[in-house]
Amino acid sequence: MRRVNSQQELEALREEIRKARDPNQALVTICTGTGCHAYGCMNIVSAFKREIEKAGLSGKVGIRTTGCHGFCERGPLVVIYPKRIFYQRVQMDDVAEIVNETLKNDKIIDRLLYTHPMTEEVAIFEPDVPFYGLQKRIIFGNNGLIDPTSLEDYLSIGGYAAFAKALFSMKPEEVVEEVKKSGLRGRGGGGFPTGRKWESCRNAKGDKKYVICNADEGDPGAYMDRSLLEGNPHSVLEGMLIGAYAIGSDEGYIYVRNEYPLAVKHAEIAIAALKEAGLLGDNILGSGFSFDIHINRGGGAFVCGESTALVASIEGRVGEPRSKYIHLSESGLWGKPTNLNNVETWANVPVIIDKGADWYSQIGTEGSKGTKIFSLVGKVNNTGLVEVPMGITLREIIFDIGGGVPGGKKFKAVQTGGPSGGCIPESLIDMPVDFDKLKEVGSMMGSGGMIVMDETTCMVDVAKYFVDFLKGESCGKCTPCREGLLRMSQILADITEGRGREGDIELLEELGVVMKDASLCGLGQTAPNPVLSTIKYFRDEYEAHIKEKRCPAGVCKALITYEIDPDKCTGCGACKRNCPVDCISGEKKEPHTIDQSKCIKCGTCKDVCKFDAVTVK
Amino acid sequence: MSPDKIDAILDRYDRNPAQLIPILQDVQAAENYLPREALEAISEKLDIPLVRLYSVATFYKAFSLDPRGKHIIQVCMGTACHVRGAPRILDKMIRDLGVQPGKTTKDMAFTLETVNCLGACALGPIVVVDGEYHGQMTSPKWDKIYKTLKKAEG
Repeated sequence: MRRVNSQQELEALREEIRKARDPNQALVTICTGTGCHAYGCMNIVSAFKREIEKAGLSGKVGIRTTGCHGFCERGPLVVIYPKRIFYQRVQMDDVAEIVNETLKNDKIIDRLLYTHPMTEEVAIFEPDVPFYGLQKRIIFGNNGLIDPTSLEDYLSIGGYAAFAKALFSMKPEEVVEEVKKSGLRGRGGGGFPTGRKWESCRNAKGDKKYVICNADEGDPGAYMDRSLLEGNPHSVLEGMLIGAYAIGSDEGYIYVRNEYPLAVKHAEIAIAALKEAGLLGDNILGSGFSFDIHINRGGGAFVCGESTALVASIEGRVGEPRSKYIHLSESGLWGKPTNLNNVETWANVPVIIDKGADWYSQIGTEGSKGTKIFSLVGKVNNTGLVEVPMGITLREIIFDIGGGVPGGKKFKAVQTGGPSGGCIPESLIDMPVDFDKLKEVGSMMGSGGMIVMDETTCMVDVAKYFVDFLKGESCGKCTPCREGLLRMSQILADITEGRGREGDIELLEELGVVMKDASLCGLGQTAPNPVLSTIKYFRDEYEAHIKEKRCPAGVCKALITYEIDPDKCTGCGACKRNCPVDCISGEKKEPHTIDQSKCIKCGTCKDVCKFDAVTVK
Repeated sequence: MSPDKIDAILDRYDRNPAQLIPILQDVQAAENYLPREALEAISEKLDIPLVRLYSVATFYKAFSLDPRGKHIIQVCMGTACHVRGAPRILDKMIRDLGVQPGKTTKDMAFTLETVNCLGACALGPIVVVDGEYHGQMTSPKWDKIYKTLKKAEG
């Protein structure tokens, strides 16, 4: 792409790109986010190329590979513009039919349309799919419109106009003020007001300042930052450019998880394209403002999501946090004033500058403005990424957008905020979701993971899962976190393995309070949340494990038995053949039985039984 | 790892000790683990104490000090996969392969690893074999994959 040297040249280039595009031309967009990748979408892409050529439509029909659309449950996803016909679960065999029927003859293929699992309503066009229709996708929506590796695509939808506006018609202080006024709070976990963070870094003494994008998304079950950086890297980079201008920084870092190779690749391509176009580097757009961005791949340590640990890791050291009586905004990377925000926060910035703080702050609640992207996963029908206005209720997210719990099972709880968050029970499902409300009920926003749990999820097991996760990820520097997690893990192991004792619950609560008060960083301070919140709302499950040696959800191995229902068993022998310890016996076509003394409770028999005859007690 | 290869990697990062983590990542990518000789060479060439290299190499999950197997099997242990039954799949793999997570089979054919979250939660429980994703994993499905892998190994 040619170099642009002023705001006028940037706008002229944008006009040129827009003019060269026909908005009425047929365009096949294919989601190539990580979820769809795993479904094999790249084969679908090649098949489209082949079939379109075969049908003689080359030049008439465009193909665009886009980032994650969010509706991962129904991938691979194909949307056909200009009408936005929405095809889901598209397989290789479907491609020729789509080309010949829909693209050539304008016919809809009913089989590939989305049908609501409960209402059985069929949606033809993307906005009519309830999963999308009920969202407010001001940050994430552009993912479906652009090829993440194309700067032209991003410019065509108005990209870098907000940056140019800030650069040429706003003073840095005015940009900070606008972000403050918008009410934007950090999307990475803590929810600190972004504008205030910027202001203190701007006011800090020193000529050299850094901005950092935290893309070390470590919460298991959360992947919105990855999908943003993969699907729309320029929105993040534009946010960083605006932030750097406002703060007075000339150098930035993106610290990204090593497990996200596609995000790294797309960010690298985007940075190279910006440099070529003169939107990154020295004297950007002839304004005198210079800024450069480096990418730093993480080493796979959850604690590096903590800001001071992240900074240590960029400096090539072990990622151990330090106490924060001196903020990063005064002494951060290499001892210089540093401003760190996460991916989603940065991506909100161009929208705020473009549309204004007044527009932005209309969305959301009193204390939490704008939208939030959640990854809705676990026991939910419509797994995927959803962007909703702050203040929406959990019920709307889980049932209206998420389509409820699969298999007719009963909803039990939703876990938000990753390992630092808590479990919210069904009784609070009509609660509006924002930073403060979530904290009130003992959970937190975190980065936005939302894991739905049903009646077959054991809450003690979930607490143990998070504690074990954090035990492995605790850096070990401070005692309350290191030893506290170890003890919690041991106590929870006892409870789930049938050795629970009276007083264990109280001991867990006491430990939790000490860890909250005495740990060095956010990891340890929030680590007891999963335990304390499950005790608060599901104490009866803990008591059933301890007093009755029973796991009500049928999960904890030591407390359950597998049995074969003789009425349902057809004697097909599948369980017997697959049992790894040969503890199932029975004649062909006769009900089988399990020898409990030999059973290791691996659950294989239940997995392979086609007649639902294996039950857990 | 040959001294030339190590030099090439160090030069890529201007021999800057602050770039230690990317340097080790490149060594790991080339060799599939961090050989002792490579760490000793880097320590000498960059004038970083070996103990600091060791502390970084053992702190971050991306690094392995042991050689890894020909096939890398990663089981996602993210929350979504957990509630959908990943622990039972992992138990089965441990039984089949005869090694604990993080370890490699004696014949160096398979390394079993757990990962925190792959962000493909719609497909959970998910298993990645040599970079290829296998979603909605069940014991019978794993049996098939394992059989194919073993067959290829002879």
